[in-house]
Amino acid sequence: MLNQYIPVLMHLLVVVGFATMTLLMSVWFGRRSTSKQDIKDTAYECGMIPIGENQPRFSVKFYIVAMLFVLFDIEVVFLYPWAVVFRDFLSADQILIFWSILGFVGILFVAYLYALKKRALNWVG
Amino acid sequence: MDLGLIISSAVKIIGFVFLMLMPMIAYIIWVERRFLAIIQDRIGPNRVGIPWTNVGLFGLGQPIADGLKSFLKEDFTPGHVNKFYYVIAPALVMVPALLTCAVLPFGRDLVLPFLDEPIRLVIADLDIGPIWIFAIASLGVYGIVLAGWASNSKYPFLGGVRATSQMISYEISLGLSIIPVLLLFQHLNLNDIVRYQSEHGWLLLPMWGDGWSVQRWLYLIPAGVAFIIFVVSMFAETNRTPFDLPECETELVAGYHTEYGSMKFAMFFMGEYAAMIIGSGLAVTLFLGGWSLPFGLDALVLGVFSDTWFSWVPALLSTGIFFLKIVCFMLFFIWVRGTLPRFRYDQLMKLGWIIFFEAALANIFIAAGILMFA
Repeated sequence: MLNQYIPVLMHLLVVVGFATMTLLMSVWFGRRSTSKQDIKDTAYECGMIPIGENQPRFSVKFYIVAMLFVLFDIEVVFLYPWAVVFRDFLSADQILIFWSILGFVGILFVAYLYALKKRALNWVG
Repeated sequence: MDLGLIISSAVKIIGFVFLMLMPMIAYIIWVERRFLAIIQDRIGPNRVGIPWTNVGLFGLGQPIADGLKSFLKEDFTPGHVNKFYYVIAPALVMVPALLTCAVLPFGRDLVLPFLDEPIRLVIADLDIGPIWIFAIASLGVYGIVLAGWASNSKYPFLGGVRATSQMISYEISLGLSIIPVLLLFQHLNLNDIVRYQSEHGWLLLPMWGDGWSVQRWLYLIPAGVAFIIFVVSMFAETNRTPFDLPECETELVAGYHTEYGSMKFAMFFMGEYAAMIIGSGLAVTLFLGGWSLPFGLDALVLGVFSDTWFSWVPALLSTGIFFLKIVCFMLFFIWVRGTLPRFRYDQLMKLGWIIFFEAALANIFIAAGILMFA
């Protein structure tokens, strides 16, 4: 039933329109400063003159977390359909559905243990 | 194309988003400032009332004054930023936050005397409720990371990187924590979940209908663990204290929105509060019965107002109850902000990836075991 998604589309249009209007109204109604001041255009660093790159290097840990997220979030997505049909299968006496998901999660849990062993989730030191 | 569907959804979108959610965002900010002031033994904003009079009204005019002030400030774009992404980042935070409320049922079906069929008080009655909310809410990360990156400045950059990492980490435990709920209700449609809870007991209060069973009471264990994980993860997802590391004032000034001002800053603020309100709404819907009254009082209300001309009363009442529950939840948010100190970053990551991830996985199998054997 794609008909269900018509309200979603309308909602999207209304919200995007609202966000655009808010941004534009701020430009229209906001006061402008008359003089051009160079100091206003510098990056904010509590009043100090910025030194070095403005986008410094950062720890590779953040990147590793992002990759692990992709892996485990897909696991979560696969659990949703299982959760919805679980009781239907139970009432049909198909206990296998429990053991099969245990296998699926078990395989990914080994991957999780590997990530732990490699100290991918360790943020100290 | 069904004209009735389009008209009714337009009314629902305007009513829910602009007449309920927006004023709620504005006044939750005022409530937060007053409540925190009480916790910290201050007075808080109490002066803005009716203009040109001395009527203060406990400062109830403050949100309106703040909004006007944001519009009238100079809309300044610093010279060192990446202009395009700098401008769209606030919209990318606010749009997903407001879009998630499309599937949230905010009341019982509205029966009007002059209409044949009842109107469902949910903008889009999708069969993928929680998945829709998680999918759209996670798009909010883009707004934050773009704000941090496009600002071209050190504090926003660090704030943006931290926020991204934190939000995606807690998304996993958030997603895993509601699986025990779905195992029990077997629905992804939030309206069906609430209707079931209205008849057979809330997930955390199974005291009427079919709720009086050994299985449901044993199920309180996984449901309670799921609730705790869900609520704490929601705090982390919305960057609230004690997990407000992306914008902690003591080290990062204001985090990813340091370089923002005027309405662009206010849009980040509104997006964050909208996400909090809708997150509370989802928690209330899944665990605390959504719009329903406790102890099966819903049937009583329906019975009293079964008369044709008052058939709209139960729907209105249920909407009020839903918002009352959300307000209680928001007060809890504020209370926690006034009470707990901030986490350290390694503690935050350990809590999300090690404690919650493992607890949520174990919780799923405990829940499945209870359904199998009890």
